[in-house]
Amino acid sequence: MGLAVLLLAIAFFLYRAAAPALHKLGWSFVYSSVWDPVQDIFGALPVVYGTVVSSFIAIIIATPLSIGVALFLTEIAPRRVGRVVGFLIEMLAAIPSVVYGLWGIFVLAPWLRTTVEPGLKTALGFLPFFQGPAYGVGMMAAGIILAIMITPTISSISREIFSAIPQPQREAALGLGATRWEMMRLAVLRSSKRGIAGAVILGLGRALGETMAVTMVIGNRHEISASFFAPSTTMASIIANEYSEATSDIHIAALVEVGLLLFAVTFIINSLARLFVSRSGNR
Amino acid sequence: MKRRFSDYVFRSYRKRKSVNAAMVAALVAAAVIALIPLVSVFGYVLQKGLPALNVAFFTELPKPVGETGGGMANALLGTVTLVFLGSLFGVPWGIATGLYLSEYGRGRLAGVVRFSADMLASIPSIIIGLFIYALVVVTMKRFSAIAGGLALGLLMIPTVARSSEELLKLVPEHIREAGLALGLPRWKVTLWIVLRGIRGPITTGVMLSIARVSGETAPLLFTAFSNRFWQRGLDQPISSLPVQIYTYAISPYEDWHQQAWAGALMLVMLVFAMNLLTRLALSSAERARK
Amino acid sequence: MSKILEVRELNAWFGATKAVKGIDLSFEGNTVTAIIGPSGCGKSTFIRCLNRLHEEVPDASAEGHVLLNGDDIYGKDIDPVAIRRKIGMVFQKPNPFPSLSVFDNVAIGLRLAGLRRGAMLKEIVEKSLHLSALWDEVKDKLNAPGTSLSGGQQQRLCIARALAVEPSVLLMDEPTSALDPISTAKIEELVTELKKTVTIVIVTHNMQQAARISDSTAFFLLGDMVEYGETSKIFTAPKDARTERYITGRFG
Repeated sequence: MGLAVLLLAIAFFLYRAAAPALHKLGWSFVYSSVWDPVQDIFGALPVVYGTVVSSFIAIIIATPLSIGVALFLTEIAPRRVGRVVGFLIEMLAAIPSVVYGLWGIFVLAPWLRTTVEPGLKTALGFLPFFQGPAYGVGMMAAGIILAIMITPTISSISREIFSAIPQPQREAALGLGATRWEMMRLAVLRSSKRGIAGAVILGLGRALGETMAVTMVIGNRHEISASFFAPSTTMASIIANEYSEATSDIHIAALVEVGLLLFAVTFIINSLARLFVSRSGNR
Repeated sequence: MKRRFSDYVFRSYRKRKSVNAAMVAALVAAAVIALIPLVSVFGYVLQKGLPALNVAFFTELPKPVGETGGGMANALLGTVTLVFLGSLFGVPWGIATGLYLSEYGRGRLAGVVRFSADMLASIPSIIIGLFIYALVVVTMKRFSAIAGGLALGLLMIPTVARSSEELLKLVPEHIREAGLALGLPRWKVTLWIVLRGIRGPITTGVMLSIARVSGETAPLLFTAFSNRFWQRGLDQPISSLPVQIYTYAISPYEDWHQQAWAGALMLVMLVFAMNLLTRLALSSAERARK
Repeated sequence: MSKILEVRELNAWFGATKAVKGIDLSFEGNTVTAIIGPSGCGKSTFIRCLNRLHEEVPDASAEGHVLLNGDDIYGKDIDPVAIRRKIGMVFQKPNPFPSLSVFDNVAIGLRLAGLRRGAMLKEIVEKSLHLSALWDEVKDKLNAPGTSLSGGQQQRLCIARALAVEPSVLLMDEPTSALDPISTAKIEELVTELKKTVTIVIVTHNMQQAARISDSTAFFLLGDMVEYGETSKIFTAPKDARTERYITGRFG
């Protein structure tokens, strides 16, 4: 029972700590795009933009990958292989965020800067997303790291959903002369759309709130830029990055307000995911 | 005469077969691609971390900026302290919640508790840090080991609760009935008989959640903060391995980077070992039941 | 009458356990053959080898020859996917696809095989539903989910689904074991009707059912085929003592 009280307490204390910013900044907090602690101007739009776009990149990469992994584990891999690969995928989830961040700074970002981003620029440079200098550190690095981190989440839930589908459904498809892939589409994917949606939403929830790894590779710049190569910032990373250095009360309150917003968003997203996943017969 | 159905069949058959082959290959590729980061992270952590692991790493304090050498002894001790504090607070609460949910967990109240546990599990850990900051740090007017421990403890509750609930549900009903038939009150049956029987597996679940929180960084940044010296008391700032890795990783010093890799190696080994042990323990327990 | 399906030296395993032991058996065109035997005798495994579905079970394997109109479906370059279109199957429990409508459940085999033309699709679906004696009951709810039908209707829907791709053999694995007596009677009636168009092999644990609907009967025990013959002979004058004991209900 304490847990529900705890949850309310979290909301209450965040609200109280954010109150000065809420009163002083009002709605401009949400639509203003200037974040300047020196002049006490705080607009969260760039932060929200960075959060949404980096999570979006992550979802775009992680969704097909995770569903592929889950299908591989349940429908293709021999039992032993499936067990080992399944365990390794779970290990991906167990690696601490800060270790991903370290790896992101010294391995992923340099690779993006020297190889991937110049390549994308040549191939897709006509799109605004792939223009501008290749920093390595930036939105794209954050999106990729997030994709890696949420793949285990999405794939393990999808896997549970797929294994809950009765075997006779698969045999019915195969018995009709479906190929293996057609069987997966017909008997497996078709009937788990809802559950997959839930899994993806849950992954989104994780991506939105992920802090350390993102803070370390996103570059922390409060500007909205169309380019995925440019540095940006997210709700979680701005808190991690500025909180212990914030001196003015209003700066601290503004950061807590960002936290309150993040709390509300993840709360809603996770409730939504729970609705989807549990209704599809999964817990 | 109309065209027969079988006229169509052979036309698309080739295409279907190649689509199937391509998709199966794509699924195998997905699994391989998903594992590349794991291999890469492991490879780099080993390659860069191993050479930096030496006696000094485990025994010495960090050297001031500019001097090479030194270690992370204080951060290692700090993490142990923080995790210990967190467990003191999070484990009993977590097990109690799990017990409540499995033994008495029907009806709306239990639904609320289960929902809260799920939500607590999915709140970004940095929010927990903010909460403890507002609750404890502001009140005490300083960063402290206690605040950090509380933050980690909060993060442990939902995982411990979930794993103990699931383990408790595996205890057969007749064991409870046997206890009740002896005339014991329900709470005594729960504590003395039900819980006792699964001490082992619950410990495994607790160890796993310990492994998880020992890598947590975000909630410690502004609760436990950090400290370049030995800890001086539970009401003082305290350093921890993850925060130290973070600070070193974003620093401009080559020597610190190496120590960050060494620290990362320690963390990765810890979680990997814990996960492997848990997996083995659970599968042997399963085999024993069959 | 011609032999449409011939089984020679068929063996099947689950891991190291041999479930089907060297079976030789042929099926004549437009007949109903019943396979009976106590549970665990390998009868289901046997017919699941006839469309190569058995090998889809993890760790399962099969070996031998099954000739469909003279061509070995266990031959080297044969793709099981193509075989399963020619040899249809109906399962123990009705298993329509829950995400598909009644119409789509029947049409899906055709669509998979590449039939896109609406008019022809409609025509075949309707024909198949007529064949499975379901048309009158579902013609007004073709768009309802397949799983909204009653159990017996669902099973006939599965029969229609199998018939739509025009198989030459229909395998039925205890198709009435999950149904009530009235639905069972309807399916039995249907089987007798269907043998005009396809050859049917039906596994059943119900001896009365075998006696009522089949032309020939094979009795399986522990993976061996003990006896095979005309149904009337098997049930009135079995040659083997074990067959007699089984059909008189003394074990099984």
